[in-house]
Amino acid sequence: MSTLVGGGAALAAQAVAVPKAPAVRLKVEQASYAYAATDRSAPKFTLGPASFEAKQQEIVAILGPNASGKSTLLTLLAGLNKPLSGRVEVDGTEVSLLDLRTRAQRIALVQQESELLFPLRVWEYVLQGRYPYGRRLRFESEEDCLLAGNALAQVGADALRDRWMDQLSGGEKQRVILARALAQQPSLLLLDEPTQHLDIGGKVELLRRLRRLADEHRHTVLVVTHELNLAAEFADRIVLLHKGKCLRVGMPAEVYEPALLEEVFEAPLEVEMRASGRPRVILRGSR
Amino acid sequence: MRPLTPRRVAWVCAGLCALLFAAVVISLRVGAYPISVRDIVMTLVNRAIGHRDQIPADFWNIVYEIRLPRILLGVLVGASLSTAGAGFQALLRNPLADPYVLGVSSGAALGAIISLIAAPHTAGAIQLAAFAGAAGTTAAVYFLGRRGGQLDSATLLLAGIVAASFLSAIIMFLMTTLSGRDLRGMAFWLMGDLTSQPSINPTWLFLLLIIGVGSIYLTSSDLNLILTGEQEARHLGVNVHRVKLVVYVAASMLTGLAVSVSGAIGYVGLLVPHVMRMLFGTDYRLLIPTSALGGAILIVLADTLARTIVAPTELPVGAMTALAGAPVFIYLMRRRMR
Repeated sequence: MSTLVGGGAALAAQAVAVPKAPAVRLKVEQASYAYAATDRSAPKFTLGPASFEAKQQEIVAILGPNASGKSTLLTLLAGLNKPLSGRVEVDGTEVSLLDLRTRAQRIALVQQESELLFPLRVWEYVLQGRYPYGRRLRFESEEDCLLAGNALAQVGADALRDRWMDQLSGGEKQRVILARALAQQPSLLLLDEPTQHLDIGGKVELLRRLRRLADEHRHTVLVVTHELNLAAEFADRIVLLHKGKCLRVGMPAEVYEPALLEEVFEAPLEVEMRASGRPRVILRGSR
Repeated sequence: MRPLTPRRVAWVCAGLCALLFAAVVISLRVGAYPISVRDIVMTLVNRAIGHRDQIPADFWNIVYEIRLPRILLGVLVGASLSTAGAGFQALLRNPLADPYVLGVSSGAALGAIISLIAAPHTAGAIQLAAFAGAAGTTAAVYFLGRRGGQLDSATLLLAGIVAASFLSAIIMFLMTTLSGRDLRGMAFWLMGDLTSQPSINPTWLFLLLIIGVGSIYLTSSDLNLILTGEQEARHLGVNVHRVKLVVYVAASMLTGLAVSVSGAIGYVGLLVPHVMRMLFGTDYRLLIPTSALGGAILIVLADTLARTIVAPTELPVGAMTALAGAPVFIYLMRRRMR
C-alpha cells in the first residue's frame, strides 16, 4: 500500500515537473462552406474542407491571394456561418452551438471599422466590448470600466481614451478596435487583414503587440493577412488557402516552399531561410 | 471614463418632466380666455385631491374639457413621433430617417383615410389601419432602399420621398370621393392638427405609447451597438434580427398611433432626437426617454403657438413644426453635432 502511495506521489511530482503542453483552443475539422446567390442556384464560391488546430499562446496566419476563401474561413471560425460539413470547436464546444453572448465572450473578431453614424469617444467605443457580459439595459459597472481601461493600456492607447473616434489616425484606430476586442476577454482573437491601412512601422508594431498578447495573456490569435514576410516572422503556424482549398498547414518553414508560393500567388518568388529558422520571401530578380 | 448611470438618466428625465409640466401650464394659461397660473394650479390640485366642487365651472370647462385633452393629445403625438424617429434612425442606420421623411406617416395617413371611408364608426379601426399603413410603408421603403443587398443611405431617402409622393397621390385620389365638408376637414387633418379628439379612449392610446416607447427602450443598449455597425453588433452578441424586428414594429406602431389622432406632423422625429443627442449624447439609453419627453414638450409648445399666433384663426400644428423644424435642423446640421 505504501509503495502504491509512494508511487502515486512520485507520479504527481513528475506531473508537476513536466511543463504542461498548451491546450488546443481551436479545432477545425473538415469544415467547408459554399455561397450561392439563392438557395436553389449553383454555389458562386466553395470553400473546400479545411482542417487545422490552434493552441493557447499561438499566432496562426491565414494566407492566400484574393478570393482564396480567407474571409469565408474566418466567418466559420467566428461562428457567423455554420459549416456545411465538418465542425469548428473552441475550447471543446462547437462554435455554432454557442449562444450569441457566450460566443462573444470567447471569440472576438476585429474587422475594419464601419463608418460611425454618430460621434463616439474612444472609451465609449471600448466599453462596448463589455456588452456580452451585461444584462438587458446593461449600465456599465466599475469592473467594466476597469477592464476597458486595462484593454486600452494593453494596446498602448491609454492617452487616447477621451479622443473622438473619427479624429484618430489609421494606426490609433486599429489599436482602439483591438482594445474593444480585448475588453471582450476572449480566448480566441480573430483579425481580418488588420495591417491593411498601416504603414510598415504600424504593421510591425501591431504584430509585436499581438505576439505579446498571445505570450502574456494566453490569447490564441488568428490573423488573415497578405503579408507573407510578417506572417513568417510572427506566426507559429500558417494556413495556406488557394481558390477555396486549404493547400497546406504547418510552421512557416514547412509551408513556404518557392514552387508552392509561386503557384498560389502567381509571382516569381524565392524563399531564403534565415538564421532564426524563419523563412523570408523575396521577389526573384529583385536583387 | 464616465459611463452612463441610471441615476443620470433619472435626473435628466426628471428635469425634462419639469419642463414638460411648465409647458403644459403655459399652454393651459394661453388662449382666448386667459386663466392665471395660480388658478390653473388650484384647478389641477383640487381635482387631484378630489375637491371638484371647489373648481368654478368656467375653469373646469376650459381646463378639462377644452385645453387639457388637446395638450394630452400633443404629449402623445410628440412622444410617439420623436421616439419613432430615433428608432428609425437606428433601424435604418440613417441620421436623416424620420417617419415623415421616409413616407411612413403618409402610409399611416392612407391607412387612416381608408378606414375612415370604409368603417367610419368602428372604434380603434383608424389606429389599426394607420399602424398597418405605417408598417407596410416601412417594409416597402426598407426593401426599395437596398442596393446590392445593403441598405444605402441615399437610395433609402429617395425611396422614402417616392413612397411619400406616391401615397399622397393615392390620398388625393381618395379625397376626390369625399364631400366638401369632409374634404376640408381631411385636408386640414393631413397637415397635422390636434383639434379633433380621437374616438377611442385616450387611456388606450397612452397604453400603446408606453408599450411602443418601452419596447424600443429595452433594446437601447443593442441599438447603441447596431449604430456602430450591424456586423460588429452581431460579433458582440446582439441578436440583430430580433432587435430590428422589435424596433420596426414599435416605431411603425408609434407612427400609426400619432398619425391616427393628429395627421401627418413633420420633422418632429428628425428634430427632437438630434437636439437631444447634442444636449445629452448619443447613448440610446438616455436618448429614447429624452426624445419622448422632448417631443412632447415641442408639440405642446408648437400647438400653443399654432392656436394663439393668429387667433382667433388656428394654424395646423404640422405647419408650425415644419416652419420651426426645417431652419433649425439646417442650422444644427451645419454646426456639426458635438
